[in-house]
Amino acid sequence: MTLDSKIPEGKLEDKWSNYQLNSQLINPANKKKLNIIVVGSGLAGAGAASTLAELGYDVQCFCYQDSARRAHSVAAQGGINAAKNYQHDGDSVYRMFYDTLKGGDFRSREANTYRLAQLSAPLIDHFVQQGVPFAREYGGTLVNRSFGGVQVQRTFYARGQTGQQLLLAAYSQLYKMVRAKKVKMYPRHEMLDLVVIEGKAKGIITRDLVTGELKRFAADAVVLATGGYSRVFRLSTLAVGCNGSAIWKAHKKGAFFAAPSFTQIHPTALPQTSEAQSKLTLMSESLRNDGRIWVPKQKGDPRKANDIPEEDRDYYLERRYPSFGNLAPRDIASRAAKERIDAGYGCGKLNNAVYLDFKTAIDKLGLETIKDRYGNLFSMYQKITGIDAYKEPMQISPAAHFSMGGLWVDYELMTSIPGLYAIGECNFSDHGANRLGANSLLQASIDGYFILPNTINNYLASEMKVDRPDTSHPEFEKSELETSQHIDKLLAINGSKTVGHFHRVLGKVMWQECAMSRNRSGLEKAIVQIKAIRDQFWSDVKITGGKDELNTELEKALRLADFIELGILMCMDALEREESCGAHFREEFQTEDGEAVRKDQNFSYVSAWEFEKGNFKLHKEELFFEFVKPSIRSYK
Amino acid sequence: MKIKFKIWRQEGPEDKGAIKEYTVNDLTEEMSFLEALDHLNEQLVLKNEEVIAFEHDCREGICGQCGVFINGRAHGPINNITTCQLHMRSFNDGDTIFVEPWRAKSFPVIKDLIVDRSAFDRIIEHGAFISTNTGSAPEANALPIPKAVAESAMDAASCIGCGACVATCKNSSAALFTSAKINHLNNLPQGKAEEHKRVEEMTAQMDIEGFGSCTFTGACEVECPENISIVNIAEMHARLMKAKILG
Repeated sequence: MTLDSKIPEGKLEDKWSNYQLNSQLINPANKKKLNIIVVGSGLAGAGAASTLAELGYDVQCFCYQDSARRAHSVAAQGGINAAKNYQHDGDSVYRMFYDTLKGGDFRSREANTYRLAQLSAPLIDHFVQQGVPFAREYGGTLVNRSFGGVQVQRTFYARGQTGQQLLLAAYSQLYKMVRAKKVKMYPRHEMLDLVVIEGKAKGIITRDLVTGELKRFAADAVVLATGGYSRVFRLSTLAVGCNGSAIWKAHKKGAFFAAPSFTQIHPTALPQTSEAQSKLTLMSESLRNDGRIWVPKQKGDPRKANDIPEEDRDYYLERRYPSFGNLAPRDIASRAAKERIDAGYGCGKLNNAVYLDFKTAIDKLGLETIKDRYGNLFSMYQKITGIDAYKEPMQISPAAHFSMGGLWVDYELMTSIPGLYAIGECNFSDHGANRLGANSLLQASIDGYFILPNTINNYLASEMKVDRPDTSHPEFEKSELETSQHIDKLLAINGSKTVGHFHRVLGKVMWQECAMSRNRSGLEKAIVQIKAIRDQFWSDVKITGGKDELNTELEKALRLADFIELGILMCMDALEREESCGAHFREEFQTEDGEAVRKDQNFSYVSAWEFEKGNFKLHKEELFFEFVKPSIRSYK
Repeated sequence: MKIKFKIWRQEGPEDKGAIKEYTVNDLTEEMSFLEALDHLNEQLVLKNEEVIAFEHDCREGICGQCGVFINGRAHGPINNITTCQLHMRSFNDGDTIFVEPWRAKSFPVIKDLIVDRSAFDRIIEHGAFISTNTGSAPEANALPIPKAVAESAMDAASCIGCGACVATCKNSSAALFTSAKINHLNNLPQGKAEEHKRVEEMTAQMDIEGFGSCTFTGACEVECPENISIVNIAEMHARLMKAKILG
């Protein structure tokens, strides 16, 4: 099978409108005859579900939480980028496109990335109209701030709760359509399998998390909007329930998985403090606008942060990257922190953190300004650590965060299974090997509100002639039976170790070998170790409770079984890519001063893995740079 | 730390339920309260017992999914935080901790500490939105909104929908939740077109769901993780009066 990215003809700025001109339409009366399943209700899922319903489609939307409002988009703090050039600082669609492409280390498609920047400005209009209370100037116009990897101010924000405000807007619009009976919402339902009939996605199998009942849902198209999979590391900035199961099941049914190993490690999370820790809380990158990152110059300096004088501090980002300083992109900032921590300069109880210091900013701008900008982040920090960061520096540490990898999609956001779409974080499209800050809310929203509702017609127009299969179709029968057997098999093991135990073991291997820095022997070893974890899990896991009831242990076990398999593929992908690019840093490929060495001659492609009877087969989508010449990323 | 937990166990909505006692010896101060429950659950699995069902997701105080009564207080002994932000350092070695689900008729228990808060979603369905379709928005800076207005809308909009306000209220009133959403939207110029309809429909739905009336004790704002003020409730009542006269 060849991978056709379906990039439209024309100049970069005309591609999207050319696409829309040539795309098939469906008349409003016919739309209501078509049913679309949307799995996930975050910014991408809720945006898509409500917009598709507004257009007239019959929509069914699913989420595992008790309400769509809990989806993890809610936790994004810092903001959303848009090329409005409100700050008159030289921003433009092209500059935003270039920054994003460069930030991703030239491992994404030009056309997709350009469209992301192109649609960013109308998205802000859209959210303002929905009632998102973005930060304002005294005169009433919108405020912007900077984020890592760029030198203009294009980030819109609502205090440190931007994701929450955007999600609640999307959730409100979704429930508006629920009330209008255009969307049927299924909370506390988890997708456990994809149903493919005659090569096309036609439905899903879900488990009702309250009763345990397996249910079948048929549709004319299926949209996955299930978010990222960084919980494969166990400790991550993600919500505890976030998982990769929906996309993994789709992968096993034929959807290609692109760049699985591209995982962003966020530089500013709170450090781990104990073995029992369940998550690493993120502190927004926006803090790097005013915070300065440093470690002591002396290894294991026993003094308290405030007692260490200026001359004994190493502001290592400012030292190594003078032009971007504390606003270097995330991959670079994370690796630089790891380098200092590994070299023995880490601070905190477990020597696993670096300082993020606001003293200079408070002296210069005043306490009130800092409170106004970051008040809720400081209070969150205090709630979790008990420390007042207005008085002493925060302690931060890198943590697994965003999945740039995901299901391979073409320009229409369709996966390699016709009729199956992937939107938001669960696809691989716009961010390449590293995502810029405040581009995540953007991509999720644009995929859901603007792109998918314009591309799905092109497929559904031809599906109009085909009858939607009934849920009694043998493929539904088969999928449900397999799911049910999978659950029975898990419950029957009755071993001696908890699901949590296996997740901790998997997380340690993944963090050690497949996170910020990777090498051949480590990855080869990791694959062997994860296969052993898989065997132990399937022979020794213990789950109490039954399948026909609310059973949180069973939910965890089902998700972990998929994470284990995904972990193997992530390591294989990282092993195969013999270069360093963006967040993927192979120790064998670095300059003398520790910067990444990209190998464009051999690796300027998107890896897309096919599941083949338990093995993974690599396909390559070559990346063509027609408009931009890939350069060596320098933030010095 | 050694802690004796007394936890509400209830198999389903029809089950009567009872407090059960569990002692855990090896907790640490760094653990969050929910991590302590995780730890207890792992021990229960190894003893072949069913785990305690509780809700949680983001574990950073923003999704609003967690929430239990701890020693008789919604979200535990500290004001204005979520359950996931509570840490064991707030307790002493040897303490006994009572853990119960939210108590309100409109939040029926599903299992153990999990309750059904879908009544909140139905209140939202009844007007907590601005009726514009995707694609029809004017340029964002075309409508300047004074900073003070945006800030006050944001204060109200920060509600995470956890339900602590209802759970802690002696009348199980949803007035804080409902008023916060109404004031967020009605404060903004974009929300004006539907302001009267919104306040009437949302408050009516609040009654249909069986939430009690607000008697202004102020208990809710003590527990609200986002510090949402009860001034919102007074404002909602004023808006409702206005809607009834003008709407």
